[in-house]
Amino acid sequence: MIEERYVLEASGLSIGYFRGKNGHSLVAEDLNLKLRHGELVCLLGPNGAGKSTLIRTLAGLDKPLAGKIFMDGADVSTLVSRERARFGSVVLTDQAPSGMLTAYSIVALGRYPHTRWTGILSEYDRSRVEWALRVVDAESLSERQVGELSDGECQKVMIARALAQDAKVLFLDEPTAFLDLPRRVEIMRILRDLAQEEGLAVILSSHDLDLSVRCADELWLMNPAGIVVQGYPEDLALRRIIAQTFQSDEVNWDTDEGCFRLHRIPKRVASMEGKGSVALWTRRALARKGYRLGRVEDAELKVTITHLNGHPTWRARISDSWRSFDSLQSMFRWVESIS
Amino acid sequence: MVSTNWMGRFRMNRTSGLLIALMFLNLVALALNIGLGSVSISISDILGSLFGSEKVDNVLSGIVLEFRLPRGLTAMLAGAALSVSGLMMQTVFRNPLADPFVLGVNGGASLGVAIALLVLAPSGIALTQNLKFSGHILVVVAASVGAGAVLMILLAFARRVDVISLLILGLMISYGVGAIVSILIFYSMADRLQSFFNWSFGNFSSVTWSHFLVFAPSVVIGLVAVAPHVKSLDAFLLGERYASSMGVNVRRSRILILGSASLLAGVVTGFCGPIGFVGIAAPHFCRLLLKTPSHRILVPSAILFGSLISLIADLIAKAPGVEATLPLNAVTALIGAPVVIAALLKQRNLRRVFGG
Repeated sequence: MIEERYVLEASGLSIGYFRGKNGHSLVAEDLNLKLRHGELVCLLGPNGAGKSTLIRTLAGLDKPLAGKIFMDGADVSTLVSRERARFGSVVLTDQAPSGMLTAYSIVALGRYPHTRWTGILSEYDRSRVEWALRVVDAESLSERQVGELSDGECQKVMIARALAQDAKVLFLDEPTAFLDLPRRVEIMRILRDLAQEEGLAVILSSHDLDLSVRCADELWLMNPAGIVVQGYPEDLALRRIIAQTFQSDEVNWDTDEGCFRLHRIPKRVASMEGKGSVALWTRRALARKGYRLGRVEDAELKVTITHLNGHPTWRARISDSWRSFDSLQSMFRWVESIS
Repeated sequence: MVSTNWMGRFRMNRTSGLLIALMFLNLVALALNIGLGSVSISISDILGSLFGSEKVDNVLSGIVLEFRLPRGLTAMLAGAALSVSGLMMQTVFRNPLADPFVLGVNGGASLGVAIALLVLAPSGIALTQNLKFSGHILVVVAASVGAGAVLMILLAFARRVDVISLLILGLMISYGVGAIVSILIFYSMADRLQSFFNWSFGNFSSVTWSHFLVFAPSVVIGLVAVAPHVKSLDAFLLGERYASSMGVNVRRSRILILGSASLLAGVVTGFCGPIGFVGIAAPHFCRLLLKTPSHRILVPSAILFGSLISLIADLIAKAPGVEATLPLNAVTALIGAPVVIAALLKQRNLRRVFGG
């Protein structure tokens, strides 16, 4: 049997908040988690499941209620804060400072556990700061004030700060929240590259299931009961664990389509003839408008897709009236006007 | 390349230039402070008195050595202490408006002094100016304890509430403490009240050489105690959680930093009375002027700037030619309030300017 080495290992971990003298509120208990070098792990779960608490506890910022965390085999509770800082660095949801701080000076703060008491940077420290800025593609921002940066640029600077800390594990709490899709993809791409090329272990919490399933080496799914399931994204999808974790009254995760689907019980039946991407998007539009697909005999709305000179055309038929349309919008306008 | 500064490459030269200019301005302001007053003294007479020249009139050299010099040096040290104290509080509370005065720390010191002077002071001791050495120490200890108590209350809340709530809390503490002081005043005898009022106007002239022997070392100790924290103060700019993640022992640092901040504020308040706005205005000037968040540079420049502002305020308070001294805290408020307002209007967003 091969004995695997884990960069981070939690055993019998209970997380939550200390309240008052002896009281505490438990978020999750008896967690056994393992993180390997060079892996990107996405921690997913519905709001309030305790993702942030788990990230902060693993990073050593919050104290666990019970259990132990090992970093490279060493019990975290025995490490002094400087050793811990050299092991793991964080990107938090805390508001970034906006004072007289340039992007460069923020990233330079990441060298904190490596500099002497004056905080003066050595030649090597500066080369690491520049490396970190380069990796996240933020070199051009280095002289800018953080207050002037966009959310995406600011997040890149905070990631660069964490990188400059030269830690083995990168903990990120919702690094892609508030970013638009291209920025989210860019951040995930950067983190993936870091895991694969620099051998960093990266763990991030996210709400972005779709992107996480595509990018992560491993998913940690946390449900509101405080149970965390680890596994390959695809395995978890096939075992319907993703669907179970995100089950709610409003939406469910469709294992066949690999995406969320609104929970609306379709009242009406439609039929559709056609193929390819036009058919896919027509199906989506029908679902959104409250139709489910059925046999032609049962359908109150019958749609036939034809292609004319490469342009799709929809022919819709309700009872005896029918018409052709060049867009789904105009078709549904007509459908709504007669029904 | 002189680039030992983590801000960037070319700033060190500009920074050292500005610091040297500040030192020079301090010397000029000190000379003016010594030279101007009810009696004007020429620069040659000042230098003559300092170096014990025979040619200077004994009365003049007496004024310089016994009154003006200790007063000027007190102003410098007090300004430096308040400014550094304000700087540290602004960073640790991540609040641009934090300073000993706004956060109620001065109020706590006032209460301590009020209790010392109005309640505890043994009868027969004439207070302030004629205060015996031990009596003055009592005032200083009382002010420091009062300031420390308020800071501890704020710290206890600082973990749980946001910065705005903390400011309001400080304000409420000021009101509450002010009310207790009013009650103490109400029940006090007139002769003791006079010494409390004299103290509460604020002035630098109450520190004579014998007091200076206690005052100066306390301030210097408070300032030196900041040195080991310049690095962790930088980390505090990102907030306590980031600071902790970078290896700062947050709880210990916070107590030590705010401890020296309250020592500095408490000592100055004890000896010179409550002096507002230096703690806000001086660090604010430094950030604008030096354009750096690094406390390695901000602390020394805050010392120089605070000292300069105090010297100027004292010059105005002395209103050359007028026999009486204006209340110093009125003068600092008249200088400081417009500065803060101007900064607000100019910058729109105060957080941009400060490290908040």
